[in-house]
Amino acid sequence: MKKAVGCMLLVLGIAALIVACGPAAPKTVKFGVFEPLTGANAGGGALEVEGIKLANEMYPTVKVGDKEYKIELVIADNKSDKVEAANAAQRLVDKDKVNVVLGSWGSSLSMAAGPIVKNAKVSAIGLSCTNPLVTKGNEYYFRVCFIDPFQGTVMANYAFKNLNAKKAVIIREVSNDYSVGLAKFFADSFKQLTGDENAILAELNYNTGDTDFSAQLTEVKKFKPDVIFAPGNYTESALIIKQAKELGIKTQFLGGDTWETPEFIDVGKQAVEGVVFSTFFATETPITDTSKVFLDAYRQKYNKEPAAVTALGFDGYLVARDAIQRAGSLDKEKVRAAIAVTKDFPGATGMITLNEDGDAVKSAVIKTIKDGKFTYMATVQPY
Amino acid sequence: MTLSLLFQHIVNALSLGSLYALIAIGYTMVYGILRLINFAHGDVFMLGAYVAFYGITLVSLPWWAALLVSIAFTALFGIGLERVAYKPLRDSPRISIMISAIGASFLLESLAVLIFGGRPKGVPVPDVLSKVIHFGSVSMITISLIIPLFTFALLGVLVWIVNKTKTGMAMRAVSTDIEAARLMAVDVNKVVSFTFGIGSLLAAFGGIMWSFKYPQLNPLMGMMPGLKCFIAAVIGGIGSIGGAVMGGFLLGIIEIMIVAFLPTLSGYRDAFAFILLIVVLLVKPTGLLGKRQAEKV
Repeated sequence: MKKAVGCMLLVLGIAALIVACGPAAPKTVKFGVFEPLTGANAGGGALEVEGIKLANEMYPTVKVGDKEYKIELVIADNKSDKVEAANAAQRLVDKDKVNVVLGSWGSSLSMAAGPIVKNAKVSAIGLSCTNPLVTKGNEYYFRVCFIDPFQGTVMANYAFKNLNAKKAVIIREVSNDYSVGLAKFFADSFKQLTGDENAILAELNYNTGDTDFSAQLTEVKKFKPDVIFAPGNYTESALIIKQAKELGIKTQFLGGDTWETPEFIDVGKQAVEGVVFSTFFATETPITDTSKVFLDAYRQKYNKEPAAVTALGFDGYLVARDAIQRAGSLDKEKVRAAIAVTKDFPGATGMITLNEDGDAVKSAVIKTIKDGKFTYMATVQPY
Repeated sequence: MTLSLLFQHIVNALSLGSLYALIAIGYTMVYGILRLINFAHGDVFMLGAYVAFYGITLVSLPWWAALLVSIAFTALFGIGLERVAYKPLRDSPRISIMISAIGASFLLESLAVLIFGGRPKGVPVPDVLSKVIHFGSVSMITISLIIPLFTFALLGVLVWIVNKTKTGMAMRAVSTDIEAARLMAVDVNKVVSFTFGIGSLLAAFGGIMWSFKYPQLNPLMGMMPGLKCFIAAVIGGIGSIGGAVMGGFLLGIIEIMIVAFLPTLSGYRDAFAFILLIVVLLVKPTGLLGKRQAEKV
């Protein structure tokens, strides 16, 4: 008897399931948000999601042909981990069947998703991942930011021209493609500027998640460099700078775009005052009309100043939406082709034109930290 | 390498090693009494640090009060954890209780992500603890001086408790044979709770000291220290309190000296810790100060 009732229930359950999953035309366009929301990079991921969500609130629909679709955000946490990132990306393209993927903060995480979006032929738009390998050789990965060969040159120029530095030490997060790549581009450019093959005194390594850097920094002390270039994740970088001050190192620290998160100041506090880094966008110098729209909306909603990567999140969403509208179709290949020809699109972070690699060519901004706030210093053009 | 640099490296090594030692003591305590490797130790460590953080930031307690509150809370939490996750399995095969420990660890990490959030938090370090002291060209912060002092003080207290007090005698009895101890009218549950209370208290203290030295919190912060201190405890001979302290210092010294003498290998620092573990297990499985014990059948 019990068995019979069980069987009945099972059959009913299956029937209900079939009814629930009945064939229905897709009513929404899905944007996969592929970001680290937990783990070492969670601070950066959260900032980009803020921008994407803001854009989604302001422009919640997209016109495909003459039909208006609602845009649904499908958020997947890649957990700041390369293996988890591949899983999250796979889930977005297979299970959620998203039309476009946005993200991720962190080049390594984006690179983990590269082959997956390529195989599924789903276009992905990186927001602030700057390592050239993210888009190189992958016609389905694009990005709305500049790339590290440019960023490395910007910081090398700053070190050489503004700080008059002749010798540098590099501290790299060796398990992070972004950090290793950017360090290399900085080193190449710095050696060229100084005309000195030995201008980089040492390259010291650490791993993501490390907390004690006293040994590496004691080594730095030995070399007495004019400047220390230490691109890497924000918490580790903040701890490095803090421990350097504790060891009595007064050398100027330079870094990259990943430093611009509130956690960097929160962890580093007094120690990170005066550090200089390059990033994408400064609220002090709005570039386009979209910049103003974005800034007003953001300030009203969050009552604070947006980070550069938040603006890039906003832009990535708009570029994807614009491309789908131009494609007039949700066909994967047509969407890809439409994104690839994005030209002079007015984003919050400037005019966006994608080159043959799918990278945006844009100006860089140099910022410092003054009185516990990110402060604009200069804009550097890419030519 | 100049002499002052070498001294700086030694100071760095001792300061890191003492922190490892502090956390390893808690690991080894629980193992010594219950033969249980408490994989959730690193997460109890994380919990202690978070509770102190919220004590300082939300309730604006002075740091020492937050420290005491956090230690008390975490000790009680540890006792509760044992009741829920380990006690029902005390008579099951050892592997079940170990799996339960791993489960508890994942549960705590996931809960921490949900409750505290995945984004890292900066810890407000009291000025007294972050003052930089200079000895010639060697510099360190006060907390690096305080941690070894506490490590040795706690070592002394624990050795005294285990060897000289009645509770300690009961703990040793339970560690030798739970059933026999019960027959001798030892309240096993009480002894186990007490052991877990002390183990968690040490984890919390270690976590707070860690967060004052490296002022950054995240829900997975206990993972790496947990593994490292497990290695330290194994190197020293798991179950031996003195051995844990020794293992902790040894690990700290090796980690720093690898970077100091072979800077190009600095990225492989964690790998060396694990290689050390494998070597110790191959060459001297009982660890430096461990006793060889016949496995009871």
